[in-house]
Amino acid sequence: MGVPAVRMDGINKRFGAVQANREVTLTVAAGTAHGIVGENGAGKSTLMSILYGFYQADSGTITIEGRPARITGSREAIALGIGMVHQHFMLVEPLSALDNIMLGAEPDWRLNVARAQVRDKLDALMADTGLQVRLDTPVEELPVGERQRLEILKALYRGARILILDEPTAVLTPQETEQLFVTLRRLRDAGTTLLLITHKLKEIMALCDAVTVMRQGAVVFDGPITDCSLDQLAEAMVGRRVHLGREAGARRATPGATLLAAQGLQWRDAMGVQRLADVSLTLRAGEIVGIAGVSGNGQSELLEMLSGMAQPQAGTLSLGDGVDDGPAARRFGPGRWLDPSTARRLGLAHVPEDRHRCGMVLPFAAWETSELGYQRSPRFASAWGWMKRQVMRSSTAQMMEAYDVRPRNPELRASKFSGGNQQKLVLAREALAPEAPPKILLVGQPTRGVDIGAIEFIHGRLRAMRDAGGAVLVVSSELDEILALADRVLVMDRGRIAGELAIADCTEAALGRLMAGADAGVKAAI
Amino acid sequence: MSQPVELPRWMDIGLLPIVNLGLALIVCAIMVAVVGLDPLQVITLLVKGAFGSPAGLSYTLYYATTFVFTGLAVAVAFHGGLFNIGGEGQAMMGGLGCALVALGLGDHLSAPLLLPLMVAAAMAAGALWGAVPGALQAWRGSHIVITTIMFNFIASALLAYLLVNVLKAPGSMTVESAPFPESAHLAGMHQVLAALGIAWPRTPLNLSVLLAVAAALAVYLFLWRSRAGYELRAVGFSPDAAHYGGIRPRGQVMLGMVISGALAGLVGINELAGVQHRLLLDYVVGAGFTGIAVSLIGRNHPVGIVLAALLFGALFQGGAELAFEIPGFSRDMVTTLQGLIVLFSGAMAQVAAPGLARVYGWLRPQPALPATEGARGG
Repeated sequence: MGVPAVRMDGINKRFGAVQANREVTLTVAAGTAHGIVGENGAGKSTLMSILYGFYQADSGTITIEGRPARITGSREAIALGIGMVHQHFMLVEPLSALDNIMLGAEPDWRLNVARAQVRDKLDALMADTGLQVRLDTPVEELPVGERQRLEILKALYRGARILILDEPTAVLTPQETEQLFVTLRRLRDAGTTLLLITHKLKEIMALCDAVTVMRQGAVVFDGPITDCSLDQLAEAMVGRRVHLGREAGARRATPGATLLAAQGLQWRDAMGVQRLADVSLTLRAGEIVGIAGVSGNGQSELLEMLSGMAQPQAGTLSLGDGVDDGPAARRFGPGRWLDPSTARRLGLAHVPEDRHRCGMVLPFAAWETSELGYQRSPRFASAWGWMKRQVMRSSTAQMMEAYDVRPRNPELRASKFSGGNQQKLVLAREALAPEAPPKILLVGQPTRGVDIGAIEFIHGRLRAMRDAGGAVLVVSSELDEILALADRVLVMDRGRIAGELAIADCTEAALGRLMAGADAGVKAAI
Repeated sequence: MSQPVELPRWMDIGLLPIVNLGLALIVCAIMVAVVGLDPLQVITLLVKGAFGSPAGLSYTLYYATTFVFTGLAVAVAFHGGLFNIGGEGQAMMGGLGCALVALGLGDHLSAPLLLPLMVAAAMAAGALWGAVPGALQAWRGSHIVITTIMFNFIASALLAYLLVNVLKAPGSMTVESAPFPESAHLAGMHQVLAALGIAWPRTPLNLSVLLAVAAALAVYLFLWRSRAGYELRAVGFSPDAAHYGGIRPRGQVMLGMVISGALAGLVGINELAGVQHRLLLDYVVGAGFTGIAVSLIGRNHPVGIVLAALLFGALFQGGAELAFEIPGFSRDMVTTLQGLIVLFSGAMAQVAAPGLARVYGWLRPQPALPATEGARGG
């Protein structure tokens, strides 16, 4: 098998009180695809950052292709033939694909000469690898899949023989993912070493030759992929048996009265781009409706309209029974739209997609942020407008107990909790509203950036709300999550509802076709 | 390499500002030495001038009073995510409001009625001068930094116009209003203490200093104990999260600017009702801008602001004393020292933090590692 491409030995790295990497040893054979999996905070990103020179290890050695290496920055990493494709692309959007590749590595000070030289090399490279990118198109006009190919091409152009990919499929449709894997296999067969960071175990099984599982900063499993099963990997990651996905004997949904009905929602953004085109949907008591789709096809906007965060330019919304204000107060149109505080009053709770931007005030203490939206409730504020701080603190402590938020410290800043615990805190706030539990719950990306243990918990809570007669809408870019939770699935594509499927008819292939707009007869540009 | 280091709270709030202040003093000492003076003598005189005598202390407190008002004004707006540079203009308008009441109603009302009215008018006028840029930001998106700066000029021009054309005492050659009637004079501290049987030198220090303490307490209660303060801080930290929480950002912009302007307007009480007893031009002399530095160094917290205001008051008073005592030591040196303190404590406040964190890391006991059970299983 020869000299390993990467060997990291006894790596330790500590941030303050947190031991991010603990005696980590990693060996990656040349010309293989090696998966690194683990929950958030397991230390896989730290390890890769050490390899790419963002951090230095406190102790331990790195050997690249048999030679000891001291990597103090990405410049050294690139010189050693290491390339990295980040989860969030590092591209300058107004520049063309060609200029992006050339940026910082121009072979000549005259740009036209440099472009010609780079183009020649790239044409050869694209032909060799099958990574087709339109070089003269500005990056902002390229679809996500093509941007990713551009990132890979950029790394290869700079001489990468070892390619680190951080969550490469997070933004791709199933079809795009499949296409990416074809390319990656081809690269691997041509001798490139791949290091794949992901939390999607299925992808590891599909692509990798070997896998390293990390937990709490240490390696807990390391071996060829043929030696392990999906369940074993999941168990190694979490440290106990987990159950994701649908339970075999899952309770069948028994939908009741319609609690939310939206008709013909339309919204154009400030640039005049149509983000929502004639979207209609209903939500009934006792069901979970899933909204699937590739990110950026109108799901976020739909959630904003339904929760009252933004107003559509056309369309109506009516919320169902259960409030005393009379039906007129529960019907909304373009003239009078729902606003967030009215929504809460009418029993509509919302767990926003981006909990850091919207869901919580990060510098606030947990007890302050976990009353956000309910600060005007008489339970939390006196008639004179003073906050009842003791009530707020004890209410937060109860939420933390009920939703197993760790650490159970209401004084801790919201930003100091892990992603999973932050999400539990937000969900607890919305599900345990101070006056009465909500009738309708809108949840955006319920488990984005949340570790597996917490995913199981959050899914359980959402099902419990459904079983208690709540109407739950889940927007998620994770198909597995939609399939695990939803009773009914709507697929969004370019601002429209591309189709609706009962959960029994859902397959990844069927959903993927709808997501890619295939049924509309328009194939996304490749 | 840079690492995410975090100082314990007591170091962040207590030690770091002192270290920064020390650094500023060291650099200033070097400069004083370069000019050919003895740094030790200068610092001794400065401290003695500011705190060494009842008169010096009174002057220090008098200056600090004004800085507490403008510092609090900046801090309240800052907690709402607004950078109010208009303390200067709001203070001028506060003075105008206070003067109009004093001149218009002074002959008809007695002091116990008149003085609260003057305070209310000063706050209202300052609030108005803060509210207009606030409204422009909230409904028209005009940037508050630009508009508040512009409103300083407008206030200055308006005051000049009114003084020259309307308020100037008939027959007077100086550009100032007629003197306030006796009932509009806020008692000086020496008068109050004399009534209590304590002899105290006659200085500009007046009852406004108690108003400043009350204002600091009120700002604390507002920001951290009231729902309105909670909503204002939510908007300041994260407008999107506030919107999600059903808080209307426009209302909060207005609230923040109104309170901020009202606090700045109180400068008029300290300077006009307490000392000058007439309206004149340019009595704010940059206090609005010093308030920005005071708030910055005081970490936008009322306690910090009171301490920072005392520091700046001491620099003002001690600096004046220095210029008087040491030939060749100009006020410009004091201004330089102020500049260095702002530089080290404000703009470069976190520069010393990594070093402190490293020292702290060496000294503190190593915490136990998180639980490792099962870490080598599989």
